[in-house]
Amino acid sequence: MKPALAVYLKECRESLRDKRVLLNALILGPLLGPVLFVGLLRLTINHELERADKPLPVVVIGAERAPNLVEALRQEGLQPLPAVNDVEAAVREQRVTLALRITAQFADDWRAGRPAQVEIIYDSSDRDGGSQFERLKGMLENYSRRTGAMRLIARGLLPSVGSGLLIATRDQATPQARGAMLFAMLPYFLILTSFLGGMWLAIDSTAGERERQSLEPLLINPVPRAQILLGKLCAAASFSLISLTLGLAAFSIAARYQPSQQLEMTLNLGPAVAGALLLLMLPLVVLIVISQMLVSAFSRSYREAQTYVSLLQLLPLIPSIALSVLPVTPRLWMYTLPLVGQQLTMLRLLRGEAVSALPLALCTGVTLLAAGAVFLVTRRVYESERLAVNA
Amino acid sequence: MIQIEQLHKRFGARIAVEDVSFSAQDGQITGLLGPNGAGKTTTLRMLYALLQPDRGRVTVDGFDAALQPLEVRRRLGVLPDARGLYKRLSARENIVYFAQLHGMEPQLIRQRSDALIQALAMQDIAERRVEGFSQGERVKTAIARALVHDPRHIVLDEPSNGLDVIATRALRDFLRQLKSEGRCVLFSTHIMQEVAALCDRIVIIAGGRVVADGTPEALRELAGEHSLEEAFVKLIGSAAVGELA
Repeated sequence: MKPALAVYLKECRESLRDKRVLLNALILGPLLGPVLFVGLLRLTINHELERADKPLPVVVIGAERAPNLVEALRQEGLQPLPAVNDVEAAVREQRVTLALRITAQFADDWRAGRPAQVEIIYDSSDRDGGSQFERLKGMLENYSRRTGAMRLIARGLLPSVGSGLLIATRDQATPQARGAMLFAMLPYFLILTSFLGGMWLAIDSTAGERERQSLEPLLINPVPRAQILLGKLCAAASFSLISLTLGLAAFSIAARYQPSQQLEMTLNLGPAVAGALLLLMLPLVVLIVISQMLVSAFSRSYREAQTYVSLLQLLPLIPSIALSVLPVTPRLWMYTLPLVGQQLTMLRLLRGEAVSALPLALCTGVTLLAAGAVFLVTRRVYESERLAVNA
Repeated sequence: MIQIEQLHKRFGARIAVEDVSFSAQDGQITGLLGPNGAGKTTTLRMLYALLQPDRGRVTVDGFDAALQPLEVRRRLGVLPDARGLYKRLSARENIVYFAQLHGMEPQLIRQRSDALIQALAMQDIAERRVEGFSQGERVKTAIARALVHDPRHIVLDEPSNGLDVIATRALRDFLRQLKSEGRCVLFSTHIMQEVAALCDRIVIIAGGRVVADGTPEALRELAGEHSLEEAFVKLIGSAAVGELA
């Protein structure tokens, strides 16, 4: 039996007997992402759907000056609330979300056919206030357009004379693309799952083994250190991959139960895409795990390793946030960055778009090269005296 | 045969081993005796090529530890200072793991581990997980693990540490048996009675230097003392005085 294989089998066997590793790699890691994600998604979607149908409560000041306007708004879902004193202060203090003031000259202006002023009092920093404000503004503009058109007809003019432009919007986003916008953070969750899956074994088989003083007896065996490292790396990568596979399966199932029909969105996460994602992630998993092992080998204790490895897993958050917040157009060079390349490719796959060979080859190749480089550095650390001997 | 020539090792500013030379012959038990911090563990670590000496040379059956560390390790069975068993594996699994690392065939592994479990009277604990083992059971398992590849040279760092009288006796008998099989046994200890009871040859280390090297009788004569313990105290005492001066 090759020594690397012996190390691999022993690490796997030992880890399978460790409840903490099992819990983290096989249960928490794969489920945390999907549960959090679907939960948040449902919450957001339900929130949005609920708000669209709900009556819109608005404090109306001076309702008696424009009964027709108020009646027309009421038919569109506005629920007039009685006036309050000092409405500006009330909105600032968030006692009132939205208020409509019908000015004193409203009736005079209206009758004279002049534009009659109404004021919307709102707080744009209030999340709910923002969308309610848009709804109220839309209702008022509708009413304005309707009465304007009627006035033109009354004067014998065609209402269309008043419109210079006719604007029609045609959204080119496919339903998948809109789904993927919601799922922009999914690549991060998958990468996080691979981090969590390999983390315990990577720390345990390096810093942990040294702390339990079993590294010295191990290194006395007539086995090249690279073989020992390779066995441990493969074991940690296997757990990471199992974690990722379970995570993907959980996401696949979760995607089926998301209320996508209501949003006219579909998420493309069937077995074929899940398989492609898994293959795409394979080189990245190796890079992640070998980096965790390098950090663990450098650390002086288990706790120290845990701290550094936890910090390491914040790294993929940077491209994830950048990609979901900034309107970045993917360029070819971005595929040469490990993590970024995979995230971009994953997003394309999730959107149901074709992935061309060059970016795929670039991101896989560069990631494998990086993993190889980190492996060589880790091997150097493994061959140094300070690895085994606790000074 | 193990040969150690003028070893020197420093960690930063601290000199751990100053100048250590001795040899351990086949078919003999050699004791490396010295107080705590004398440089025994560091010397042994250079012997099994875990540390690189700054100067000097270690050879095992003619193989240089610095140039052919794997050849040297293949010929050594080592019980290091750090016993470090895998507590989630059974005693047998611990033994088999190291046998696999030595590249042994499954049938031979079975045969050797059975023989060692028998010889060390570990039948009751062989299939139990190491977690919860007593100190004696741990040492037994670690020794079995170190000897599974049937090495000609056996190096033990403070093997009787933490063992009770019965276990220590059993260990001594076991070392004598290894010697009778013609093996080269080298062990370190800071306990006088240990070497007196076992050794054909004693190497005394203090302050990183060899202060005496010979048979128990020769050492007693050298120090002009009747009891070995007095000789030991006298010998390391003069070294300590030499350090101060």
